[in-house]
Amino acid sequence: MTPEMLIFIIIATITLGAAFMVVSSRNLVHVALWLIVTLFGVALLFTLLSAGFLAIAQVVIYIGAIAILLIFAIMLTRRTKEDVKSTFNSNWRWALFIGFLFFTGLLVILMNWSGIAAAPPELDSRANPVVEIGLALVNPNGYLLVFELASVLLLAALVGSIFVAWDRRK
Amino acid sequence: MTDPLNALAAWFQTILLNWGLPENVVSVILAVIGVVILCVFVLLVDIFLVWIERKVVARFQDRLGPNRLGPFGLIQPIADVIKLLIKEDITPNGASRFVYNIPPIIALATVLLMWAVIPLAPTILGADINVGVLYIIAIGAISTLGILMAGWASNNKYALLGAFRTVAQMISYEIPMLISLLIPVLLASSMGLNDIITDQSVWNILIVPLAGGIFLLSSIAELGRAPFDLVEAESEIVAGFHIEYTGMKFGLFYAGELLHALTVGAIFAILFLGGWRGPGVNLPYVGPFLGIFYLFIKAFIVYYVTMWFKYSLPRLRIDHMLGFNWKFLTPLALVLLIVVAILDKVLANANVSITIYVLVMFAANILIGWAAISWAKVYTRREREHFDQKNNTNSFQTQLSEENSSAVQS
Repeated sequence: MTPEMLIFIIIATITLGAAFMVVSSRNLVHVALWLIVTLFGVALLFTLLSAGFLAIAQVVIYIGAIAILLIFAIMLTRRTKEDVKSTFNSNWRWALFIGFLFFTGLLVILMNWSGIAAAPPELDSRANPVVEIGLALVNPNGYLLVFELASVLLLAALVGSIFVAWDRRK
Repeated sequence: MTDPLNALAAWFQTILLNWGLPENVVSVILAVIGVVILCVFVLLVDIFLVWIERKVVARFQDRLGPNRLGPFGLIQPIADVIKLLIKEDITPNGASRFVYNIPPIIALATVLLMWAVIPLAPTILGADINVGVLYIIAIGAISTLGILMAGWASNNKYALLGAFRTVAQMISYEIPMLISLLIPVLLASSMGLNDIITDQSVWNILIVPLAGGIFLLSSIAELGRAPFDLVEAESEIVAGFHIEYTGMKFGLFYAGELLHALTVGAIFAILFLGGWRGPGVNLPYVGPFLGIFYLFIKAFIVYYVTMWFKYSLPRLRIDHMLGFNWKFLTPLALVLLIVVAILDKVLANANVSITIYVLVMFAANILIGWAAISWAKVYTRREREHFDQKNNTNSFQTQLSEENSSAVQS
């Protein structure tokens, strides 16, 4: 077993354990904090794949913005200090069964894929990944359309939020 | 090998390799030693900062400050640390114990993590990652999280209010800060901090002074220092998020806050004041130490400016503070970013000399800043007139008569 593998197993265990705590924890704020541990675990997995930019973007966007807004919203709701009795309802067996089915399906597909055991290609140490990502995003043959669509979506959300918050009394 | 510290590291590496240790284990050992040395150095500076902070605030308030223990009261911070260590550690009733105990660690650890990417000298730096600027933003986000956890876990209304204010403040001021950070990134066309320093043959503060100003203001707000210290406004919410913390847990928050202020100074120095740049940094043997010296001098100057703000300006009201951010700083930063991006390309294509480039950029910045401030003046005057019409008062006149009456009283 290589050291990378060991680190991967540790990170994956933490991520999955935290993900389980997200659904099973009885205190809403603790749920949000466990979610942050999960998201951080994903960021560490990106680092392990030498995708530093993605890892840091994950921390900035998911932990810095989304998770904090989530906690903020939870804290503004009432009775968050009271624990709920149980987070499971009678359907948990079905959920477990379907989850298991999906997992095995994915596993079978991936095991039949030829690339599963291939070593990752060596990265060019002189290339700057940030520059490469930037060029790919504005390249018509790359992701220009997706990039522009995402910008329009975000702009629409911005305009919408201004419209909702607009004071019509003036 | 002209760099004594790296030479020392290389010498130590050969010794360890000769002992028969595998190469990757040796690199891990060296990295751990480097981290420990950097952390100890930064934390020692932190103890010294307590003394500086108390001395400077004393001078601003026409006092002497600590002057009993040691020469100029230099041993005072050590006495403070001992006092904090032997104080009782109290956990409030109903606090979420685990969540309550983590935030002091986060408060100090996040600041130490920022030093991982700060280039101290051309050859002395922790990690030269190509997304250094973004990394600093990410670490800042985690420190917000620590404050939020502290406020919630304390089971105290004032602490929770303080945490709410922090999040509102930090999320809002992150936007102009990010945009103003983009400007040095754009000029250097790299997000690595060392690349930004190497690119500054002319300090960025001379090219984009307005971006520097926006960055300084928004990072003071991120720090939660006066005039933006609503997070811990004593007259309203006692001490904000750290109200329930005692002893060394409070000490960690305090140390984290001071060190964060110096770190912001260092980041400002790197982005706008040329970081380790200065005469003689490329000299053999003494160069790296000169680089560290220059960086810290610049960081301390910026730190002094933040203290200057802190001790001479009164606290803002929360709606004014958020309004200032959303209606003034954010649009200003966006306009500046667009203008700088266009001017940079135009001037690069026109092949002008560096002097003309700097002059045009500087003039554009001053012009935008002047226009924004005059617009803000008109806007605030109009707001005040609306307010007066609504309440049948004249705030200009009341202000004048108040000044007169206080003059009579004194």
